[in-house]
Amino acid sequence: MPDLSINFAGIKSPNPFWLASAPPTNSGYQVMKAFDAGWGGAVWKTLGVPVVNVSSRYGGVNYRDKRLIGFNNIELISDRPLADNLREIEEVKKRFPHHAVIASLMVQSRQEWHDIVRDVQNAGSDGIELNFGCPHGMCERGMGSAVGQEPEVLQTIVEWVMEVAKIPVIVKLTPNISDITEPALAARRGGADAISLINTIQSIVGVDLDRFAPYPIVDGQGSNGGYCGPAVKPIALNMVKNCAQHPGVQLPISGIGGIENWRDAVEHILLGASSVQVCTAAMHFGFGIIREMTSGLDQYMTEKGFHTIYDMVGKALPNVRHWEDLNLKYKVTATINEDKCIGCQLCYTACEDGAHQAIRLQEGTRVPAIIDENCVGCNLCSLVCPVEQCITMERRDDGTEHLTWKERTQAGTIPTEFNDERAGGRHHWVPEPAAALGKEKHKTLPGTARQYAAQDAAKRLAASATSAE
Amino acid sequence: MAEYTTPTSEPEFHANFSQLKPRMNATEALLESSRCLFCFDAPCIKACPSGIDIPQFIRQINTGNTTGAAVTIYEANYFGNACGKVCPTEVLCEGACVYNLQDVKPIEIGRLQSFATREAIEKSKPLFGPGAPNGRKVAIIGAGPAGISAACELRHLGYEVDVFEAKSQPSGLTVYGVAPYKITNEEVLAEMAYLEAQFGFKVQYNQPITSRRELDALEESYDAIFLGIGLGLTNPLLLPGEERANCVGAVEFIEQLRQKHHQMAVGRKVIVLGGGNTAMDAASESARLGAENVILAYRRGKQEMGAYEFEYDLAKGVGVKGLFNVAPVEIVGNGKVEGVKFIRTATINGHVQVVPGSEFVEPCDMVIKATGQAKQTQFLSLIPGLRLDNKGRIVADERTGQTTNPKYFTSGDARNGGAEVVNAAAEGKATARGIHAFLSK
Ligand SMILES: Cc1cc2nc3c(=O)[nH]c(=O)nc-3n(C[C@H](O)[C@H](O)[C@H](O)COP(=O)(O)OP(=O)(O)OC[C@H]3O[C@@H](n4cnc5c(N)ncnc54)[C@H](O)[C@@H]3O)c2cc1C
Ligand code: SF4
Repeated sequence: MPDLSINFAGIKSPNPFWLASAPPTNSGYQVMKAFDAGWGGAVWKTLGVPVVNVSSRYGGVNYRDKRLIGFNNIELISDRPLADNLREIEEVKKRFPHHAVIASLMVQSRQEWHDIVRDVQNAGSDGIELNFGCPHGMCERGMGSAVGQEPEVLQTIVEWVMEVAKIPVIVKLTPNISDITEPALAARRGGADAISLINTIQSIVGVDLDRFAPYPIVDGQGSNGGYCGPAVKPIALNMVKNCAQHPGVQLPISGIGGIENWRDAVEHILLGASSVQVCTAAMHFGFGIIREMTSGLDQYMTEKGFHTIYDMVGKALPNVRHWEDLNLKYKVTATINEDKCIGCQLCYTACEDGAHQAIRLQEGTRVPAIIDENCVGCNLCSLVCPVEQCITMERRDDGTEHLTWKERTQAGTIPTEFNDERAGGRHHWVPEPAAALGKEKHKTLPGTARQYAAQDAAKRLAASATSAE
Repeated sequence: MAEYTTPTSEPEFHANFSQLKPRMNATEALLESSRCLFCFDAPCIKACPSGIDIPQFIRQINTGNTTGAAVTIYEANYFGNACGKVCPTEVLCEGACVYNLQDVKPIEIGRLQSFATREAIEKSKPLFGPGAPNGRKVAIIGAGPAGISAACELRHLGYEVDVFEAKSQPSGLTVYGVAPYKITNEEVLAEMAYLEAQFGFKVQYNQPITSRRELDALEESYDAIFLGIGLGLTNPLLLPGEERANCVGAVEFIEQLRQKHHQMAVGRKVIVLGGGNTAMDAASESARLGAENVILAYRRGKQEMGAYEFEYDLAKGVGVKGLFNVAPVEIVGNGKVEGVKFIRTATINGHVQVVPGSEFVEPCDMVIKATGQAKQTQFLSLIPGLRLDNKGRIVADERTGQTTNPKYFTSGDARNGGAEVVNAAAEGKATARGIHAFLSK
């Protein structure tokens, strides 16, 4: 049995799954329920001077029939009195001494920071997370992402906190910045013990087409919110990787962003996270999802022979390189498995209209064929194919050659002129522009007209083929 | 056997004849439309006789553009709602869905189609209208799917259109012939009213055209005449005892059923003669009307039946029993039907041959003959120069629907020998284009 427990910058937790500071950690009731369900830790809903919230706080992005692939909120930090929260933290810690309770904090003055850090320490918190991320509402008051976007301010506040902190301090970073490593480095300079990322992304999740207002709508109007949910995972993964790879950061990372199942969690871990935080998925499906997450993680670790989480933390990092270091001699092309193909021809139309015209249709069958010479190996067809393992990308080079852009630059063999002979697409076939005209025009005709036009086109084609002979 | 008790009221009738393809709600439509892969040059389009751009209308439903979806459907097929419910989709669009090749349930195209069109009908969405009058007139004989579709398209092209219909309601066999569990009368007629309101063609009901004199008058006043007369009554068996009470033709039986509903009487033990789709329908319908025993008797083996497999499954599902390799020789009884005398058959070298001495009588109190519909050859012989093929079908140009008498055009069962509503609707629309091309020359 793999050991799922972690010691994250001194914060111990039975598993790496924490609830992120958000509505699911708004109260002791919720946190106790989550721990009962199997969560390893919880970052308490951000504490500070309690706020007043608007009604109508969340908006969602749906994709076809899938709800909430993206989610945004215009909710602020805790609107409950600090004393109530502290009492409940104490109660939770008494009942769950081995689970991680981390207090998320957001205040303004040095004195406030000192006071609140002492308060949550006294209540028995295992750690502190500084909320420098909230991209709406709080930033207008000089807090949240307003801090996260100013490395110097961030560092100063971390220093204030470190003056009194006796428990590990995590700095939560905002993604609303061009280089995430800058605030990460500032956190390190300020003496923080760890970082967590990403907080939500400034967003408008949608516009109501009838009311002409962004979601969520508050009395006919709206505001930008903070975006999270499955759709943000790719952005989070990249930023986690950036921090994990930066030699100056060197802090434990709590990965946040789009984690909904064990796979998402493992991806974060492979890119350097050693704890993960979940919010949207718990808001969508409830705390029960933890059972799938721990079971999946357990299974994966068993299969891979990982004994502890640390056996896999950052395991994918050596393979994340700069583009210029990738092997230009590596060559894949698409192969269609005819037995699996169901003839949807999505690969055909994707390559025809969206790539390199390297797939052709064949007479008498709906199974398309790859034109090997034209295939650049972009993967598009295999990505749109609805059948698992039907289109595979097969390696074509023999693996003996290795040449990178960097090496070509050094060797002076890169294209440098507008019409350079060495351009990658120089000797690659493209059809004549006018050959596009009328090719699929008949598809815009309704009903039998379309069918007749298709028949006529086929006849014309056959006739021109015989006359050409 | 009786799985169904005899319905004694309209609600009981509807319970026994509950819709095979019930209306989708918005959530169902969203989920189902989300599954569509949006195939390139989709096989479903090719499998639809009316060539509806199915992925397009499904995408429109998925994006909340249900009205646009209805436009896409009606642009190709004016019987959009009816077809969604009555088409044998298993062998048409849904049968061609690529999901079948993956052993995944195909998209419920028919139900999605009706989802979009029902909404347009109920909200009386004005999607089309008559074109600018071009001063020409076309007479249409028969207000079935072929005739009504031609009428819509001709109005759209600016023609004045008069439809002459023998019966008292439009839509032909859609309301008089199709099984009631596929579509209700109200639903059929609502679509007809919707079309009539948009296109403004005139239908004269209870106006059969039967004489040369009437045809003269039409030829006189109209630029072209469209024959959408469908087929005729059930073919006679030409067997002794056929005249006995309770020995009825399937088409006639179903026509009555569609009008009388629970007031329709059915025997306790019914024998249906035939192996086509109409036989399956009549057998299913008898069972749903509360017949205790329904036997489907067919001259050849089960595999040779003309009916679609799913239609036979449907009949079996309501308790119908098959009796294969038997040929009827006499309807026995005393005034009323008391049984059918059969003789066993064997198929030797593709030929059905009777097995001498194998006669037996299967008792019953009702016989339904589902032995095909006759062609209206007598009426058609009144039209000079009109050629019929050896099966009695009107010969016409494949695309324009023009017959061998240039003034006459035709579509639907009368021309194709009996197919589906969708074929008649598609042909009718295309033929209207053919008429337009001819008259615009
Ligand atoms: C029992 C049965 C079940 C069926 N089930 C289905 C099904 O489930 N799905 C499906 O798609 N198809 C089904 N069909 C087939 C479908 O109904 C027909 O293919 C379609 O209705 C043909 O349309 P039409 O316009 O050619 O002819 P019809 O629908 O037959 O319409 C012809 C019209 O012309 C009128 N008419 C005829 N002669 C004259 C005249 N001389 N003067 C004036 N009017 C005249 C008739 O009264 C009728 O209204 C079924 C058919 C039958 C018999
Ligand atoms: S008309 Fe019939 S065959 Fe065509 S798409 Fe609709 S349901 Fe399918």
